[in-house]
Formats: sequence, C-alpha cells, structure tokens
Amino acid sequence: MDLFLQQTVNAFALGGTYALLALGLAVVFSIMGLINFAHGELMTIAGYVLMYCGLAGLPFLLSVPLAISASMVAAVLMERIAFRPVRNSSGATMLVTSFAVAMILQVLFQNLISTRSQPVLLPQLLSDSVTIGGLVIGVNKIAAIVSTLVMLVVLDRFMKHQKTGIAMRAAAEDFGVARLMGIRANTVIAGAFALSGLLAGVAAVLWVSQRASVDPLMGFMPVLKAFIAAILGGLGSLRGAVAGGFLLGFIEIYLAAFLPHEFQEFREPIGLGIVVLVLLFRPNGLIPSAALKAIKV
Amino acid sequence: MAPLLSVQSLQVRYGPIEAVRGIDFEIKEGEIVAFLGANGAGKSSTLNALVGLVPVASGTVTFNGSDITDWPPETLAPAGMTLSPEGRHVFGTLSVAENLLMGAYSIKDKDAVSDAWERVYTLFPILHERRDQFAGTLSGGQQQMLAVGRALMSNPRLLLLDEPSLGLAPKIVGQIFDLISLLREQGVTLALVEQNVSMALNIADRGYVLSSGKIVAAGSASELSQSDALQSAYLGGG
Repeated sequence: MDLFLQQTVNAFALGGTYALLALGLAVVFSIMGLINFAHGELMTIAGYVLMYCGLAGLPFLLSVPLAISASMVAAVLMERIAFRPVRNSSGATMLVTSFAVAMILQVLFQNLISTRSQPVLLPQLLSDSVTIGGLVIGVNKIAAIVSTLVMLVVLDRFMKHQKTGIAMRAAAEDFGVARLMGIRANTVIAGAFALSGLLAGVAAVLWVSQRASVDPLMGFMPVLKAFIAAILGGLGSLRGAVAGGFLLGFIEIYLAAFLPHEFQEFREPIGLGIVVLVLLFRPNGLIPSAALKAIKV
Repeated sequence: MAPLLSVQSLQVRYGPIEAVRGIDFEIKEGEIVAFLGANGAGKSSTLNALVGLVPVASGTVTFNGSDITDWPPETLAPAGMTLSPEGRHVFGTLSVAENLLMGAYSIKDKDAVSDAWERVYTLFPILHERRDQFAGTLSGGQQQMLAVGRALMSNPRLLLLDEPSLGLAPKIVGQIFDLISLLREQGVTLALVEQNVSMALNIADRGYVLSSGKIVAAGSASELSQSDALQSAYLGGG
C-alpha cells in the first residue's frame, strides 16, 4: 500500500510535468494548427540558463524566473522568426519548420555549449525528502506537484477572466471570426507562444530538478511524451492535454513500479499499447476539442 | 454626400474560380441595402471580401473615406464596419456574455463596453437571461440573435448581415426582421444578404441582384420586386 501511495506521488509529479508540456503544445496547436516540436528546445534553453546561473553563483530563486523568462522570450522569437512566415501554410509545412527549428537549436547547443551532459547546481533542499504520514517524499516531487497545480490554476483563471485569455479561446474555436471582432492575429499568436514558453520553462525547471543535468537533446523525449499526452487527451483541447499528461504519467510510473521484472524491458511499448487502446475507444482523445468536433464529419 | 461604402470593380477568386467578377455598388449612410441572388451568385464572397476574410483579387473598397481594400479583418471592427457571418459562427465554448465581450474587443473604454452590453441585452432580453450559458447550447434563433448582438457590440456604423434568417423558424425570422428595422431607427446602416427575397425587399431601401458573380439588376426595393431580373437570377435563366 505504501509503495502504491509512494508511486502515486511520483506519478503526479511526472504526469504534472507532462501536463504542462502538453498544455504548451495544445495552446499553440489550438490557435494555429501547428504542432511545435521545437517546444523541447525551449525546455533545453531554460535548462542551460539554469546551468549558467548556477555557474555564475546566482541564487536558485533568481535563476528560476530567469530561466522561465528566457524560454518565454525564445518562444516569442521562434514565432516571429520561424513560424510567422509559414503561418498560412499547411499543417505539414509548419510541422517540418518546427523540426528544422528544433534541429538548428540542437546543433547550436552542441557546438556552442557542449555535446555532453552538463551538471546543473541545485539547492540542497531539492534533493532532501520529507516524511508525510509514513511516506518519504522528495522535496523536488512536492515542488513539481505544487508548481503544476499553481500553473494550472493561474492558466485557468487567465483563460476565463482575462480579456486576452478569452480572446485566445475564441481564436482557438474560430480564428477568422475572432479576427472579425478586432482580435489581432499577431497578438493572439504571440500570446500563445509566450504562454507555451512559460509552460515549457516551468516544465524545464521541474525536469532539471529531478536530474540535475542538461544536455543538447534534453527536450526531445519529454516533448515526444507530451505530444503523445496531447493526442491521448484530444489534440487542441487544453483540458484534454492536462488529462492526457497525467494519465501518461500514471501509466509510465505504475508500469515501472508494478510490471513484473521480466516484462520491464517492454515497459515503453506496453505503455504506448495502453495509449493506443484508449484511442481505439476514444479516437478524438479523452476530452476532444470543440473545434475538432465542428469539422468532424 | 459621399456614400459610406463604395466598391469599384471588385473581383474575388478562389484559385481558378472567379466568384465575384468585377462589381460596383455603394451604400449610403442610413440605408438598408439587400443583396439578392441564387446560391453561389457571389453574395457572401462579396461581404467576406469587404471585411478581409477573403482576399480582394482586384478593385477598390472605400469605407468612410478610407481605402480599406487590403485591410486585415481585425482592423475593420474598430473602423466601424462589422459582419455577422453566415451560419452564425458564435463561439460555442464561450458563454453568451463572453461572446458579446469579444464583439466589443476593440473598445478599450470599460463604460462603453457596459453601455454596449446594456444595448444588446435590451434588444435581446433572452441573451441577458442566458448570459452565463455556453453559446453552443442556445437554440438556432438565439444563436442568430447572439451573432447579431455580438456584431453590434462594436457599435458599427455599417453592419453586414449574411443570411440572418437562414434555418430559422418563421416566427423567429419575423423577429429578426423587426430587429433590422429597429437598428435602422437607431442609425445603423445595413447591408443584407438574404435568401428570403420578399422579406428582404419589404425592409430594404434598395437592392442589387447578383448572378454568377455579376450584378444583373439594381434599383429600389419596389422596382426590383416587379422586375424580371430577380426571377431569372433565381431560376437560372437570362
């Protein structure tokens, strides 16, 4: 029972990080139909900023907002430089553009920083653990869960109560009509990228906090997982992205903890098999997006 | 006095297909102008081109003294022209109040937004009743009222209505047309694309009849209702 609760905490921590990343992908996808595979590189940028801040001796509490801001700025620049020129192209063109951006950034990291994994200095506190009701829980896990919850609440309030947030929901549903209302396309899209950068930055801090290192390809795996989570939840649906992120986190952690030893090698395929099974029964994901519903035949 | 909107040799193309083939028309302040014609005659394309939802292939559009031919859609509501699109297109996952707020997106002054809300809720008390409900859960007639109300939120000088009575029950259609007369009394200039020809000509001052992307007849509402051009435009003759 204890092991189960322990793993549940781990699942919330990992699932939360996937949820934040999947949300970042979903915010951009819902508005401009782009699956931004360079989202992972936003994480990597935030990771490197954390590393350099640590080397420069900055306190962690200052490094974190710097890393998150760097990822937001990078996201907005990415939109301005790479995605705006292909904005009205097909989804495939934008997808390939995002791969190109991801690869260019990876090569830059490899050549300008290092091909190898670099250690990131983290405060001692993060590797401590506390005992709650007989469970030993890492501070980094608690930080991950709390940050995820805070981000989800903040994002929910922004989307419901801020005029810009409501405009982003309107644009996600019907971009043309939203523009008719006087909602500027550039503002909404730049806002979506800034938001996705914020989410990637927070996810990066959480990711690095579990590993204490950063490498040029750091962002690839988590974003691939987030992409799977976003599809599992319903591509383009924000609630779906959160649900998919958590579900994927739970699947992975429970399989790692409870799958018999001789099956552990097949953990990833079994996990993906479960995802496929869910999609068989809910082809549009757990919580399909409203826009998708509209064009469904 | 110069017309509020004037359009010269407007052309709209979708790839090789020419939807609007060089038409001229104008709308004066305070008028209701109807655009009539069969499906595919180019009426909706014309309205969509005016507000920049589809690109203008050639020609010029002048609104309120400015050349707005290539203005992007988001600049027109602030300039005083807005469209209530065909098929309503309310934001189904937003509440009624949020839909209206989006209509007033370009208005920065909070009091002016409250006034606009007030005006729309007075015109459509049902929207006030349902203000916290998702727009997607409204009936077709209520969604149409919301679409018109949302367009009114920006306080337009020229309101373009694309098929406001499409798919609505006859009683609701009557309400929509009553509303259009009421809006004229409030000083809104209206362009109306409508399948319901008799209702449209009943309320309009003037009309243009389109067929295959060209204007085939123009005149006052009473002239048009007696002309053969209208019949042949719908029956495909001429």
